[in-house]
Amino acid sequence: MTLLHWAVLSPFIAAILIPFLYKYLKRIHTGWFVFILPLVLFIYFLSFIPRTSSGEAILNNLDWVPSLGINFNVYVDGLSLLFALLITGIGALVVLYSIYYLSKRKEKLNNFYVYLLMFMGAMLGVVLSDNLIVIYVFWEVTSIASSLLISYWYTREKSIYGAQKSMYITVFGGLSMLAGFSLLYIIAGTFSIRELVANADIIMASSLFIPAMILVLLGAFTKSAQFPFHIWLPDAMEAPTPVSAYLHSATMVKAGIYLVARLTGVFGGAPEWFWIITAAGLITLIWGSISAVRQKDLKGILAYSTVSQLGLIMSLLGAGSAAFYFQDGDSALYMTAILAAVFHLINHATFKGSLFMAVGIVDHETGTRDIRKLGGLMTIMPVTATISLIGLASMAGLPPFNGFLSKELFLTGMLNVTEYGIFNLEAFGFIIPIIAFIASVFTFLYCILMFSKTFMGKFDISKLKVKHVHEAPAGMLISPVILAVLVIVFGLFPNLLAYSIIEPAMAAIAPGILSPGEFFDVHITHWHGFSAELFMTIGIIVLGVLLFMTFKKWENTAFYRGEKDLFNAAYDYGYDGLIKGSQGLTRIQMTGRLRDYFIYMCTFIILIMGYTMYRYNLPLIQNLDLSPIPIYTWLVISVFVGSILTIPFLNNRIAIIITTGVSGFLVALLFVLFRAPDLALTQLLIETVSVVLFMLVFYHLPKLKKVKTPPRMKTIKLVISIGFGLMITLGSLSAFSMGQEANYESISEYYTENSKEKAGGYNIVNVILVDFRGLDTMLEVLVVSLAVLTVVSLIRLRFKGGEDV
Amino acid sequence: MMKKPNNMMLQTLARLIILVVLSFSIYLMLAGHNSPGGGFIGGLMTASAILILYLSFGLNPIKKVIRFDFIKIIGIGLLLPGVTGLVSIFLGDSYLKQYFDYFQIPLIGEVELTTALPFDLGVYFVVLASALTIILTIAEDDK
Repeated sequence: MTLLHWAVLSPFIAAILIPFLYKYLKRIHTGWFVFILPLVLFIYFLSFIPRTSSGEAILNNLDWVPSLGINFNVYVDGLSLLFALLITGIGALVVLYSIYYLSKRKEKLNNFYVYLLMFMGAMLGVVLSDNLIVIYVFWEVTSIASSLLISYWYTREKSIYGAQKSMYITVFGGLSMLAGFSLLYIIAGTFSIRELVANADIIMASSLFIPAMILVLLGAFTKSAQFPFHIWLPDAMEAPTPVSAYLHSATMVKAGIYLVARLTGVFGGAPEWFWIITAAGLITLIWGSISAVRQKDLKGILAYSTVSQLGLIMSLLGAGSAAFYFQDGDSALYMTAILAAVFHLINHATFKGSLFMAVGIVDHETGTRDIRKLGGLMTIMPVTATISLIGLASMAGLPPFNGFLSKELFLTGMLNVTEYGIFNLEAFGFIIPIIAFIASVFTFLYCILMFSKTFMGKFDISKLKVKHVHEAPAGMLISPVILAVLVIVFGLFPNLLAYSIIEPAMAAIAPGILSPGEFFDVHITHWHGFSAELFMTIGIIVLGVLLFMTFKKWENTAFYRGEKDLFNAAYDYGYDGLIKGSQGLTRIQMTGRLRDYFIYMCTFIILIMGYTMYRYNLPLIQNLDLSPIPIYTWLVISVFVGSILTIPFLNNRIAIIITTGVSGFLVALLFVLFRAPDLALTQLLIETVSVVLFMLVFYHLPKLKKVKTPPRMKTIKLVISIGFGLMITLGSLSAFSMGQEANYESISEYYTENSKEKAGGYNIVNVILVDFRGLDTMLEVLVVSLAVLTVVSLIRLRFKGGEDV
Repeated sequence: MMKKPNNMMLQTLARLIILVVLSFSIYLMLAGHNSPGGGFIGGLMTASAILILYLSFGLNPIKKVIRFDFIKIIGIGLLLPGVTGLVSIFLGDSYLKQYFDYFQIPLIGEVELTTALPFDLGVYFVVLASALTIILTIAEDDK
């Protein structure tokens, strides 16, 4: 455990403390305690910049399950540091903002901050670990935390809907990703990303390359809301606005981008990788920007705009992956795309974060986010309006803001693609800049629409639910103002970031392209002559303004009046089908009768054991070297068998209970005969306790009914019972005989020899339970507790009829 | 059955039996590492001792005497093994590694102390509380 490991785990530890702080220090807003952590972490991660910018990477190993190649190895290079800074930096600002956004009296702050910290830790885990399985685990925790935060106001139906939707889609992707990781392990024999990158040529040559790639991409695309999986993101806007700003625009949805960037070194250079990512990114970009124009809810606009911007970054990463095809050559040609991706990632976090917070303020003060009701807020909320103006201008790609710079770089990257001359680009390549251009026009359009509808026009209080509208309190404005200032600073002085953050991240995305000691050329300026990009930007602005001027003409078209995404219907239909299908399946097999379940179980065990025996030429019963069975053991066993055989013929419940008890005590006696005092004691106690239980439930049991079973059914049951007994007997005899033949040394030898020496106990049974197999015991105890909770809830929370489940 | 029992024989005997059973169960729990016993068996035996009380004196009188929330005890019991397991991580070993050593304690003599004991104590609590919770829940159920 190094400091870095603790940094990743610290949010989880803090999450444990939050409920107590919330409970016992009610006077102080819990957010203040939470705020310290991301701030400290942010400063801590800043201290890594000198090392990563000189091309160094820090790797700290911690074994977790070394036998399976699963280790919690923390790896810090330019890319992970960039993400860690985003997570902690934006995290600190969001927590600060949430202190003013969420009232300490009305809201369940403990839930909110526990989920938020859980998310923060998981997200740090995703970006800082080198092991795919560890990434997967943290990845799923982010999905869970995200769902919990979406359903934070869990009494609202829409919140639940959004939470479920995001959960289904992202967990589906996560599981696919796990399958993809497993395939990578099969190919290369390692879960470590650095080793995978080193073995990229082996992976590329494997026949499993395409399946592994598609499965991993499913994970990345669902998380980063790429078309057609983007539909969960707009519904995720039901979460409180700080959450939307943090998870659903700045960090979590970028996890997919992180994964794609991180694995570019493994998959990059393949035409499939290039095409799938570039195409998915571009479709998402244009679909998102067109859909955003149709939205009437401010957060809806921002959600689709996030979708579209994520598509933009994704397409850039796709375009940049061609670097691995060339290996050397003109690196500026394709590295511009990666530069644009990294730069835009930072810019998007700043301007989208400030926009979300501004929208949150509007929502908080006016009680609505509907642009049809809002208007004229510029004079009432001047600071918020300024923040929005800066954010929107940056998003639209206007100088001198940072969005302009990355937009120009994006256009350069897309134009460069047409010059690659590989992957059939000479035939279809020209489409790419065209899509980029059209999408940018729509981006520009929704930016103007959003500003004009909210802050310009006429202010009409009668449309609002509140009586009085005023500017937000200063505390709420701090975070968006900081972000807006960053938008300007990064716009005016992009070279602040160039070699400290952007270049190391580029080097991490494209490992092995540069020889050691070399650096990528990062040159970002506002003015680079009368280039194609500049004319495209002018075209975007002109077309966007034209469309805005003619807004009245297309305001009433079906395009603008509807706002539903076509793909929602597909999700809803699939969801209903899934529920109905599983209900049907359950209804077939769940009869509610124990005997039926026993038939299922026994039949299945017979089938699976029978198949195994057939497959491996068993049963093998020869040379059984058995010890002689003394007469008294025969006697006990015959009484035991006899008592069991009588049970089916008894009609009296008390008699059945007693006979079952007899067989139980006889088993205990057998344990004694085989000198197993612990087992005997346990068995005796369990028998005693079950007698008490039986006495308790005795009153409630219905009278034993003579059920008329058809003779055929009786025969089937008899066959199953005999078959089951036979299988167990054959199985244990074969196991014994095989063990003797192969001369296996029994594990009990090991325990006998080591129990005193290694665990300091003579009672082997106990030593195995608490020491050698401690984890098993711990989980068994957990199972017992869960069973208790089930019993309690089944009995105490019984349905009274009429409940809706 | 457990509501209002009035069996003098049982009540008189229970007072005696309970003493033996309870102390034996604690002995079983503590001795588990070297002789038959352990958390599971000890827990079950303590549970049956308390059950005898419930059976002979009825639910409500005993509830006034034993005022534990058994579900909370399950929680404590679950935490104990998990937390003792963490100790070894801080010492640089793998999770759940157990330690033991021998100590000279005045009057008692040489005693073996193990980290397996708190672990087993957790098991003891969970088993004890689980058995009692299940039985009490069913017993209290009037419907």
